[in-house]
Amino acid sequence: MRRFAYDFERALVELEEKLDDLKKSPSVQNPEIAEEIAYLESQIEKLREKTYANLTPWQKVRIARHPDRPRTLDYVEHIFHDYLDLHGDRLYSDDPAIVGGFAFLDSQKVMIIGHQKGKNPKENVLRNFGMAHPEGYRKALRLMKLAEKFHLPLISFIDTPGAYPGIGAEERGQAGAIALNLFEMSALRTPIIVINIGEGGSGGALAIGVGDRIFMLENAYYSVITPEGCASILYNNASKAEEAAEALKLTAESLFELGLIDGIIPEPLGGAHRDPHFVSLKLKETLSSTIKELVNIPLEHLVEERYQRLRKIGFYREE
Amino acid sequence: MEKEVQLEKDKNNTKSESEEIWFRCSACQELIYRKDFEKNFKVCPKCDHHFRLGALDRISFLIDEGTFEETDAGLRSVDFLGFKGAKTYLVSLKQAEEKTKLKEAVITGIGKIGGKPVAFGVLDFDFIGGSMGSVVGEKITRLVERAIENNLPLVIVSASGGARMQEGVISLMQMAKTSAAIKRFSQGNKPFISILANPTSGGVTASFASLGDIILAEPGAFIGFAGPRVIEQTIKQKLPKGFQTAEFMREHGMVDKVVHRKELKKTIIQLLTFLTEK
Ligand SMILES: [Zn+2]
Repeated sequence: MRRFAYDFERALVELEEKLDDLKKSPSVQNPEIAEEIAYLESQIEKLREKTYANLTPWQKVRIARHPDRPRTLDYVEHIFHDYLDLHGDRLYSDDPAIVGGFAFLDSQKVMIIGHQKGKNPKENVLRNFGMAHPEGYRKALRLMKLAEKFHLPLISFIDTPGAYPGIGAEERGQAGAIALNLFEMSALRTPIIVINIGEGGSGGALAIGVGDRIFMLENAYYSVITPEGCASILYNNASKAEEAAEALKLTAESLFELGLIDGIIPEPLGGAHRDPHFVSLKLKETLSSTIKELVNIPLEHLVEERYQRLRKIGFYREE
Repeated sequence: MEKEVQLEKDKNNTKSESEEIWFRCSACQELIYRKDFEKNFKVCPKCDHHFRLGALDRISFLIDEGTFEETDAGLRSVDFLGFKGAKTYLVSLKQAEEKTKLKEAVITGIGKIGGKPVAFGVLDFDFIGGSMGSVVGEKITRLVERAIENNLPLVIVSASGGARMQEGVISLMQMAKTSAAIKRFSQGNKPFISILANPTSGGVTASFASLGDIILAEPGAFIGFAGPRVIEQTIKQKLPKGFQTAEFMREHGMVDKVVHRKELKKTIIQLLTFLTEK
């Protein structure tokens, strides 16, 4: 099966596929073939560096949307143990676009919530591509309240193109559900760590994104609007998404410069899907040390600091 | 009768003058005498269509005359991202100022409604779509904090297309900032009355505007999270008539009351009286 590749990485992926084929060939021991493999490997190394070392914001957005990119539950599996999934908002239904439950991070009990995209087209339909309905945000809120009650640090994984824009979503109060989560998360009496692992699509991302510490994976993006949406409004042309991605300053690097996030978790060249174990390891280190730090802060201080963190966001001048 | 008058004037080629006195309602196409329209709170006297209201009109319709003291009037937006759109952010700001004679998309202050002091904020859709950037977020937050400090009821009239794109993710974060302030306010015992005017959508609906103890809406106002075009593109079907109107939102439990503009002040006074007096 041919691997998925974007235009800007196609040459590289084709070489990699050629290498895979060679390695699988029965004459792989043949010195000539072995030499070609070595040559290809060095070419691939150089091309990989050239392709990925200086990604544009738009290329990063595309990597963040890569169909093979690890999802929330992949990280849950790699980082935590004894994950116990919980379901439903107790009001309407269970939204598969948001997952959550109890788990252990080594010996530390935690509550996990996160957007969940599918790993294949069929699962993506079930998960609605990680675009939650109000019941998804209300499930997340229910789990947040459980975390508060049982003194569990909350770990939230962001990965959504946005809150779902649909008839049912509007009828059941999409806006109110998001607003209520922002309202409650701002004062939730338990530590909250937020990790943006891929797509930080506007209000639908922020609805589970208020926290004491916020991190982003290197190729994740966080934006007030999709680059396509921005392009169609501002330039009247959705194909100008590349320019919009540039203008929106949506990369992890930009968010760090704007003071909105606490750190960037490295990914292998080409994106997290190229080595999920490496990313999981880095993520686990960050989560472990951050939880240790946060659980020692008295709750009053923690909540006050969280408020002040939000309070100071903004750039303006005063006449 | 009125139509005849209009036609007569058109014939006499005094159209510009007649436009000042008479105009055609965009909703019912009837000719409207402008003075009647102004007296009727800019609601069509023929069909009750609620025309969009600027922030200054809103203040004069709701706040007792001579009691409004604006706060934080000196806050100004800055183009901290150096935003490159079809036009620059600074140009958009300048055009909005010229169009509205306002300095930003929100006016905040302290005033009296029916003799009762309130912390009052109002968004103006004509200023870059009433969008919430740093200044709108900061002014709303300061207003809420001022209400907490002075133990005042909070009344905010929203009319907004959502977050201000030209401030990127910083504008998104104003949703969290304003909602956090409302959370603090909610720990006191004074009401927050949120009024949704036409249109209220996106990041404003998905933050403070939806967090009122009481939520009122104006008849026919567009209220929603996503815009109709985005929804139609996503679901690839036409939206039903009346979808995402104030009445639709009331029917679905998102709004307490849909209140005619001429009843709005009276309703707010009734609520304030009930909720703040023994
Ligand atoms: Zn009319």
